[in-house]
Amino acid sequence: MTKSRLGRVGSRLAIATSALVLAATMGVAQAADPIRIGEINSYTALADFTQPYKKGWEMAVEEVNAAGGVLGRPLEVIHRDDGGKPANAVKIAEELTSRENVDLLAGTYFSHIGVAVTNYSQQREKLFIATEPMSDDIVWKQGHRYTFRLRPSTYLQSAMLAREAAKQPAKRWAIVAPNYKFGQDAVAAFKKVLKEERPDVEFVEEQWPALFKIDPGATVQAMLQAEPEGIYSALFSRDLTAFVREAELRGLLRDDITFVGLLTGEPEYLEPMGDEAPENWIVTGYPYYGIDNPEHKRFIDDYQKKYNEAPRMGSLVGYVFIQAIKAMIEEAGSTDQEAMIQAMKDLTFPSIVGPITFRGLDHQSTMGTWVGRTAVIDGMPQMVDWYYAEAEAYFPPDEEIKKLRSGE
Amino acid sequence: MAVLSVSGLSKSFGGVHALSDVSFDVEAGELLAMIGPNGAGKSTCFNCINGQLKPDLGSVRFGEHDLVGRSPRQIWRLGVGRTFQITATFGSMTVAENVQMALISHHRRSRALWPLASSLYMERAHELLSAVGMQDQAERRCNVLAYGDLKQVELAVAMAHEPRLLLMDEPTAGMAPTERIELMELTAGIVRERGISVLFTEHDMDVVFANATRIIVLNRGRMVAEGSPADVRNDSMVQEIYLGAGSTFRAQASALEAADA
Amino acid sequence: MSFYFAQFLTGLASASSLFLVASGLSIIFGVTRIVNFAHGSFYMLGAFIAYSLVTALPHGPLGFWGGVIISALVVGVIGVVMEILVLRRIYQSPELFQLVATFGVVLLIKDVALWVWGPEDKLGPRAPGFDGAVDIFGSKVPEYDLVVIVLGLVVLAALWLLFNRTRWGALVRAATEDREMLGALGINQALLFTSVFFLGSVLAGLGGALQIPRASVSHHMDLAIIATAFVVVVVGGMGSIVGAFLASVIISELNAFGILVFPEITLVLMFLVMVVVLVIRPWGILGKPEGEAAGEVLEGETLSIMPGRRMRLALLGAFALLLVLPSVVEPFYLLLLSEVFVFALFAASLHFIMGNGGMVSFGHAAYFGLGAYGAAMLLIYGDTGMELAIALAPLAAGLGALIFGYFCVRLSGVYMAMLSLAFAQIVWSVAFQSTELTGGEDGLVGVWPSPWASDRIVYYYLTLVLCAGGILALWRMLYAPFGYTLRAGRDSPLRVEAIGVNLRQHRWFAFVIAGLFAGLAGGLYGFLHGIVEPQAVDIPRSIDALMMVLIGGVQTLIGPLAGAFAFVFLENRLLAFEFWRAIFGLIIIGICVAMPLGIVGSLHRLALRAAAARAS
Repeated sequence: MTKSRLGRVGSRLAIATSALVLAATMGVAQAADPIRIGEINSYTALADFTQPYKKGWEMAVEEVNAAGGVLGRPLEVIHRDDGGKPANAVKIAEELTSRENVDLLAGTYFSHIGVAVTNYSQQREKLFIATEPMSDDIVWKQGHRYTFRLRPSTYLQSAMLAREAAKQPAKRWAIVAPNYKFGQDAVAAFKKVLKEERPDVEFVEEQWPALFKIDPGATVQAMLQAEPEGIYSALFSRDLTAFVREAELRGLLRDDITFVGLLTGEPEYLEPMGDEAPENWIVTGYPYYGIDNPEHKRFIDDYQKKYNEAPRMGSLVGYVFIQAIKAMIEEAGSTDQEAMIQAMKDLTFPSIVGPITFRGLDHQSTMGTWVGRTAVIDGMPQMVDWYYAEAEAYFPPDEEIKKLRSGE
Repeated sequence: MAVLSVSGLSKSFGGVHALSDVSFDVEAGELLAMIGPNGAGKSTCFNCINGQLKPDLGSVRFGEHDLVGRSPRQIWRLGVGRTFQITATFGSMTVAENVQMALISHHRRSRALWPLASSLYMERAHELLSAVGMQDQAERRCNVLAYGDLKQVELAVAMAHEPRLLLMDEPTAGMAPTERIELMELTAGIVRERGISVLFTEHDMDVVFANATRIIVLNRGRMVAEGSPADVRNDSMVQEIYLGAGSTFRAQASALEAADA
Repeated sequence: MSFYFAQFLTGLASASSLFLVASGLSIIFGVTRIVNFAHGSFYMLGAFIAYSLVTALPHGPLGFWGGVIISALVVGVIGVVMEILVLRRIYQSPELFQLVATFGVVLLIKDVALWVWGPEDKLGPRAPGFDGAVDIFGSKVPEYDLVVIVLGLVVLAALWLLFNRTRWGALVRAATEDREMLGALGINQALLFTSVFFLGSVLAGLGGALQIPRASVSHHMDLAIIATAFVVVVVGGMGSIVGAFLASVIISELNAFGILVFPEITLVLMFLVMVVVLVIRPWGILGKPEGEAAGEVLEGETLSIMPGRRMRLALLGAFALLLVLPSVVEPFYLLLLSEVFVFALFAASLHFIMGNGGMVSFGHAAYFGLGAYGAAMLLIYGDTGMELAIALAPLAAGLGALIFGYFCVRLSGVYMAMLSLAFAQIVWSVAFQSTELTGGEDGLVGVWPSPWASDRIVYYYLTLVLCAGGILALWRMLYAPFGYTLRAGRDSPLRVEAIGVNLRQHRWFAFVIAGLFAGLAGGLYGFLHGIVEPQAVDIPRSIDALMMVLIGGVQTLIGPLAGAFAFVFLENRLLAFEFWRAIFGLIIIGICVAMPLGIVGSLHRLALRAAAARAS
């Protein structure tokens, strides 16, 4: 018995040694050693966006790995559902960092979860790529050297919309936004930029329903009471659909009121409304049906073929996220933490939406988004008259940002 | 000298006079029985004395204190002990701990956060338990005790703060006839020894006539008779009242008379 | 003027749909005394099933209303299934086990819905024929709102007739008013309970199904409605249908008009109403007072015996093991264990009043949350540093317990539990809606330990020492005169008053002590994850504590500790599975059914039996 066990250990040793020698001679000792990305997201709490997002990065990972990986190593995304709870997300971040030994952290959807995880990444000095959360604090007030953000922020998207809104005749504006970080940032940015462009506007009503706890009838009624000429909405998902239904019924969706909707044009929020989707809102979104950039078109076609459904904004963010990781690690030449951070700073990479840079100044990417108007065509809600808004044109002055990031 | 002096006690519930102008004294060292048919007002009278109820009129003097308007808690502190018709003990505690609880409260230590309760006043608790003959069962938990034993535990608990007056509501209710006499004799012995006065209600006439030094009779909220057991036994009005409820009273009374003779 | 009328109608429509759900909950509670957390899940199922039916059936009034009614009936059957398969087996267990079991059902249904309908929200069609708005005094009011108002009134009338004009209704009323009498009347209790569950669940399903035309169906409908439904039931009076209706109207109108004046604190208003009502009329607007001894809720084996020598050695051994653990296990497990310590202290503090004192709290998270927020705010705004923040956290919680406890201890049994829940919800809604101070839903971030303690190992030792110290202190108090007095009050409130004890005052102090230690747990918890957010005070946190105590074994000392350990590790292990909630829910239900004394309690009993068998 002792003999056989000895024998077994011996033979294993022999195999292992020969494998090692073989690998060393071939120079791909790391081939079997994947690059591990720890990904945290609200896969069940906000599936509308995060499930397409997951499909997006899964597709990108497959493509990257099929093409030989990065630095000869495959990418591996270890993903976890945070259940929409910030404390859970932080716990998961700890588990991914200390138990799964991931090379970097990524993900999060809700702004407050993004803020919680970026705070963790600062405390534990771990690289974190915030893919979706839009709160400005993530790169500005609470910005620090370990966190970079991909998706255009609430400030950028609100500024894009505010400049469009400024061109409208409306002077009396009402606001409805979910009462948490995302909504607050979105409103503050919209107000600031709109006031800059149009000092004559006034804000006559603000409704702050708790996230996913909107009382749509009462909220719409309160807005009617204020008799606004323009309405800015930062509602999304189930809050948005409930609001739109009531607004339609109660006669708030009038032609003489200008509606501006943050994210409303994103297919994940627009398409579920079907032919009830509001028309002629000025929105940010993703008109995948009209994209003709060949690189981007290829992604859309492949995605449709693979999943038998149209891509959504989440799919695009998920895909570009992996493109960014690939470029960053190639630039860094290793998965060494410091090398990766240095590589991220001012990293420019060719994404399917064009070249994107992670600004060294505030770690925000220059990924833009699409601005247009909503319409219902053949029963399908879509964006029309849209254009791709490059982020560069909307950033506040560098000095202002530096002041915000002074705590760094 | 009267330990307890009740005068002009009246209480009505929604127009029904449960108690009308009841007055009596409890003398030092006596066992005063309060009897009467169901609904005569015994419980109301009892509850007015022990603070559960506030009488509409009248006074209840205990030494220099008027008990009317005081809570049961305060009345207990003044030196009035109680036992209940249906025993109320702490089921999760041992017999000794039940007595210790009363001692802890008596010494105003119930808010202490550090000492171990089960080691406080142990000697005194065992002393009280031997007085009621429960020392052998001191370490048993109350929720496994026989009913008769619980009555004895209650007696020990009621004596813990060295009361001058003991209020016993149907002390022998729910017990077997032989046990009843034993319990009441035990009680009588203890109170005599310690000079405690007792006011008790009781249904069992054997118990009443065997142990009471004096008896008061209530009917429809009024006191209808008062006197020694022999006086009450021979009171025609009392016999009348009890006839209404059945003939046991007369039977018992005559049986007792026969025994006396 | 017309605007206010329109707003009034809007409120009334919300009241109607709220009433449908709450009346079902109220009926079930009235008859069975079960606090049915799964009621919100039935509401959600009603919406999902109706969505599927309405979209599958031919479009038109028949398809729509047919779908709504079938959905309500299907949900009624599901309610019956839960009653027969789960609850009927545990009617003999302490009442709180039924609550915990229904919470297991909540988790199970959540995942079943996720599996059947997928995670995306579902937007159903509008009601055919009622998809427009009518002009009332110049304001547009959706026709469907009027339909819902009428339906609410119809259901109210139907229920009233059912309860006042039928024999079954008379039985239900009798059962609601006096449970003992029911037994005496020789009624088939099982059948009555089952039928009540059917009716209650049908109402929940109907309420959910009627929501389709108003909002998208989502997986968050269950817990979103249940808290509000509880408020309605408690404010209206448990078991009272008309009370539920009145309360629905009050709450909904308050919200409809509150949104105009205080658009940011509508949630606080609702729970404030609940507190005011419970303080003035503890049994609700139309409820009847009930003389219920709290101790009955928790009968079973007792805490009476001090830990013996062997037990002490075992505890010492366990502590020694925890001391050497950091050199052996991965750092992540240290985080998990730190969390176990924190929750063990939290559960032990609840156990102090619940197991020993017979005072049930559904809102113990209030003190956990006050401690957590107190510490976080001291750190962030007061710049006190971690040490002082943790030291003062218990005081913040204790102060809360001093105020809330004063009102809570005036009640007993389920009313006390509900009032404690209302207070916890006030803390929650304030934390949730006072964005300036508490960060609102985002919470307060950056709550990290001081540099010397920021290492996982150091913080592990810190939590270990503080929590173990806290638990030992609580245990010592259990066997001190104060703890004994509390237990005496649990065993016989009558007798304890008759030996000169001011029970209410002792209970109040006990509440404060439990609050202090829960606050310490909360303070430590904040620094564990670097963030304090409303989840720390939310209903599930209170339920967690209840489950830890009950599942561990309410009448044992180490039960709450075992419960905390099982809870944290189970959750972490299960998280890797896609449908972890369902597994977790099934485990909870299984424990409730198979181990009515909790894990430790049941093992202890087994050991006793084995010993007895050996002896004989």
